[in-house]
Amino acid sequence: MASLARLRVSRRLPQLARGIQTSADTTQLHSKPEDLSQPLTLRLNEDSFHTYNCDMPELDVKVTKNQLLEMYKKMQTMRRMEMAADALYKSKLIRGFCHLAIGQEAVSVGLEEGITREDRVITSYRCHPLAVLRGGTIKGVISELLGRQDGMSNGKGGSMHIFTPSFFGGNGIVGAQVPLGAGVAFTQKYLNQDTTTFALYGDGAANQGQVFESFNMAKLWDLPVVFVCENNKYGMGTSAERSSSNTEYYTRGDKIPGLQVNGMDIVATLQAVRYARNWTAIEKKGPLLLEFVTYRYGGHSMSDPGTTYRTREEVQRMRSTQDPIRGLQRYIEEWGLASEQELKQLDKEAKAAVDEAVEEAKKSPEPATADLWTDIYYKGTEPPFMRGREREEVHYY
Amino acid sequence: MLASRRLARSPIASLLRRNSTAVEPPPAGGHLPSVATSQYLRSTREKALRTPGLQWNDEDDPHAIIGVERETRKMNVYQAVRDALSIALTKDDNAVVFGEDIAFGGVFRCTMGLAEEFGRERVFNTPLTEQGIAGFAIGMASMGHTAIAEIQFADYIFPAFDQLVNEAAKIRYRSGGAFNVGGLTIRTPTMSVGHGGLYHSQSPEGFFMGASGLKIVIPRSPIQAKGLLLSSIRDPNPVIFMEPKILYRSAVEQVPMDDYTLPLGRAETLVPGADLTLLTWGTPIYHCETALDMLANPPAGIAQHVPESLRKAKIELIDLRSILPWDAETVAESVKRTGRLVVVHEAGMTAGVGAEIAAEIQKRCFLRLAAPVKRVTGWDTPVALQYEKFYIPDAVRIVDAMVETLSY
Repeated sequence: MASLARLRVSRRLPQLARGIQTSADTTQLHSKPEDLSQPLTLRLNEDSFHTYNCDMPELDVKVTKNQLLEMYKKMQTMRRMEMAADALYKSKLIRGFCHLAIGQEAVSVGLEEGITREDRVITSYRCHPLAVLRGGTIKGVISELLGRQDGMSNGKGGSMHIFTPSFFGGNGIVGAQVPLGAGVAFTQKYLNQDTTTFALYGDGAANQGQVFESFNMAKLWDLPVVFVCENNKYGMGTSAERSSSNTEYYTRGDKIPGLQVNGMDIVATLQAVRYARNWTAIEKKGPLLLEFVTYRYGGHSMSDPGTTYRTREEVQRMRSTQDPIRGLQRYIEEWGLASEQELKQLDKEAKAAVDEAVEEAKKSPEPATADLWTDIYYKGTEPPFMRGREREEVHYY
Repeated sequence: MLASRRLARSPIASLLRRNSTAVEPPPAGGHLPSVATSQYLRSTREKALRTPGLQWNDEDDPHAIIGVERETRKMNVYQAVRDALSIALTKDDNAVVFGEDIAFGGVFRCTMGLAEEFGRERVFNTPLTEQGIAGFAIGMASMGHTAIAEIQFADYIFPAFDQLVNEAAKIRYRSGGAFNVGGLTIRTPTMSVGHGGLYHSQSPEGFFMGASGLKIVIPRSPIQAKGLLLSSIRDPNPVIFMEPKILYRSAVEQVPMDDYTLPLGRAETLVPGADLTLLTWGTPIYHCETALDMLANPPAGIAQHVPESLRKAKIELIDLRSILPWDAETVAESVKRTGRLVVVHEAGMTAGVGAEIAAEIQKRCFLRLAAPVKRVTGWDTPVALQYEKFYIPDAVRIVDAMVETLSY
């Protein structure tokens, strides 16, 4: 019975028969201009995308050498930053919750490369890279993790609560950011802007009711929103197969077309983001669902070693064969865009930038006691006071 | 929940109701006899214009005709709410009104004709999707827009509880002031309706009371509804505005036509007194009014329980209006003078708003209290349909509580 069903499905949807390609090194150089300030043409593997009720993006991607090097450096810097957070957490300088995106760099960096500053992004608690890429600083993120005044939320938010003017933050509640993204997109449409909102969530959050509520509203009103499922294959400690009756997350928008993307190859993610931006902001065809198939090397959070529900071999295999940074490094070297030494220099710069930011962040003071009571209500509209531990500490506005 | 919603809107249901009585049909919200004759409702223009705390909001408007007499019009609560929404939509191009069925006027008619007047882009129906509505509204407000969302009944607000408590209330704090949703107002009909039962007569204000960052407002009358709603919409904090269902039609006042606001976070003393403070908000205001009459002139049935000496007691009646932040100063100042406090609310007693008030007042007024703070509330049961009249604190229970507290 089960095999029969599978057969039937595979005959109806032949493209599903083959899994999505998640290697980071299958993109081919199609043509390389003499003048390297001009874009190269790259040819993506045809299994980089699976589609649901939409056309496949062009497999030929135009991108300049500088863009590739810049993306390489950004990915490397983001990984370094997350590794620094890991070390700070383990040395007990960061307390509370901390979710790292190591392994998923191609999603955040590819996203930022394909959109404009006028577009809006909102994501889940795994938010550190996007906070930097969307206009923040490494020092601002690390300071926030450390709970210091120089943090991007003045040390009052912590790991999951970092914002920039075009980045509506991480969010501590699984899936709660998705309807916000729909509301943000509504406002863009209301203001007749040619911009779009990317609302990111994970494969775990994909089963939250409010995600489907958002899909419905977005399609009903044709909002310029791209729902981005970052499928890293595990919702906390439960694999996608064990949690979801349909693990083809890009097909879960019902009438919303979807695109499944190799989230480990940054050229593919960039192309998918360009496609999605064009779909929503330029062609104004309503919402689109993007699923980036990716992988997180670490646990769900710092308290999860990440090895109880998957084998060390699995993690090792992903790291060694499908790493997005190593994949781009190979492209750059193979296509003769930069030498190993030049890339090593970029690695060094990334590490130095992170090290410096960490040292500066450590010097930042903790929030003032008085700030415990600020930013609750708009200044001047608060209740007369808020209680403190003792009479002298009662805070009067 | 769904079935009863459908019933409430179905034309057949209303037809049945209409045919069931030969005389004037009862209002959809049921009767609350004392409202019709309430002395607290301002039935003349002069009284309406003397509403305490009323702040005209058109004094800087170059087009406003200054110096001409202010006009009022007879309105009930739903008309006053509609009037406030109309002003908000007129004056703020970024204001948007949405909710379940609101483009047709909403189940309580608060949005009648707004879609026609302001367009379907600004006044629109949503799916039945409360958590989604709240999240969507928060997203809009985080873009600096004025999102005025309706949750069709306060009883349906619980799916949106996470969004309101975790997002709306906290976003300013958790972003270190970088983001806020000050433009968010959630309107929702609350309290008993006479025949609402489990899912149409609850009073959930207490559940939100611990969510610092939110404001909770409950008006008692048309003038209050318009002024407080305009304040809520313009307040730079997210506000949950709860409108007592039964008052939508039954409370009628002369309401100023112009743009005005009333202060948030401020209680209003309706009747000054010296012997006992009676504190409430929303619908029970009118039960309290009846109770004050009963205490002074007890009807034959309860006269034996009301000692002569207490009938001349001067009761101070306060409408709290804002539940969060609540006006502890006004209440404490009153209780320091009277030495006695009775709190009346429709929600159940355990961990209701009255619990917080009682705790704070006993701390502030401990040495002045002549009797324990008394709470007259719904029972700690669901609001069951057949028991609704029994569940809701009525005038007799309030009289009883006042007698007990006065003779403690």
